Amino acid sequence: MSLESVAFWALAVVLLASALAVVLTRNLFHSVLYLALALTATAGVFLSLDAEFLAAIQLLLYAGGVVTIVVFAIVVTERLVGDRITQTSRQIAAGLGIAGALLVAILAIFRRAPLTVPRPAVSGDLTRAIGQSLLTTYVLPFELLGVLFLAALVGALYFARPDE
Amino acid sequence: MTLQAYLTLAAMLFCIGLFGVLTRRNTIGILLGIELMLNAVNINLVAFARFLGDVSGMIFTVFTICITVAEVALGLALVILIYRIRRTAVADHLDLLRG
Repeated sequence: MSLESVAFWALAVVLLASALAVVLTRNLFHSVLYLALALTATAGVFLSLDAEFLAAIQLLLYAGGVVTIVVFAIVVTERLVGDRITQTSRQIAAGLGIAGALLVAILAIFRRAPLTVPRPAVSGDLTRAIGQSLLTTYVLPFELLGVLFLAALVGALYFARPDE
Repeated sequence: MTLQAYLTLAAMLFCIGLFGVLTRRNTIGILLGIELMLNAVNINLVAFARFLGDVSGMIFTVFTICITVAEVALGLALVILIYRIRRTAVADHLDLLRG
């Protein structure tokens, strides 16, 4: 077993275990911390796919940004309500049934159409390639993304503003 | 690792996220489930981009990550707003539109 596959399986175990913890823990705050672990493990998966730039973005925006925002939201809402947020789950059997059926269906498709694509060698610098296509082919969506961010931030500020 | 291993990992992550979305009562908990599902999609995109030698998949991942952050910021602002008005974050209690 090569070092690469050992790393992959370790990452997969951490990722799936922390994802399960996110959806099963009762304490919402612990749930968010497990989400941070899952997002970091995903960054590791990106690294194993030679996408260093995406791993960095994942850590900065997801594990840094999203987790911070969610923690803030929990703190603010707990202060508003004045007690701990415990979260319960409902319809576990139905949820398990639907999610399990979907997983079985996807795995059955994989079994029927085995994707035996060989992994090509890395051609050049992937980060450079991403940057070049972002500012040439995909420059319009890239600029629109900036507008979207501005709109989302202004909207979030508007919604969460203090009452007059 | 093979492409299939990455796709299987992403499928499992997606189904775990789906389970969270379906079963959580708290709106923030539902958002966390959505995050997991989006992450699974990102793994798929990057895996296909890497194995097909096409950088477009990674560009898409950049966009999905950024849009997800915007979505979370807006979604949590809405959650805080609903908390102020209804004093609840349980999705089942948000039935203002029920006839």
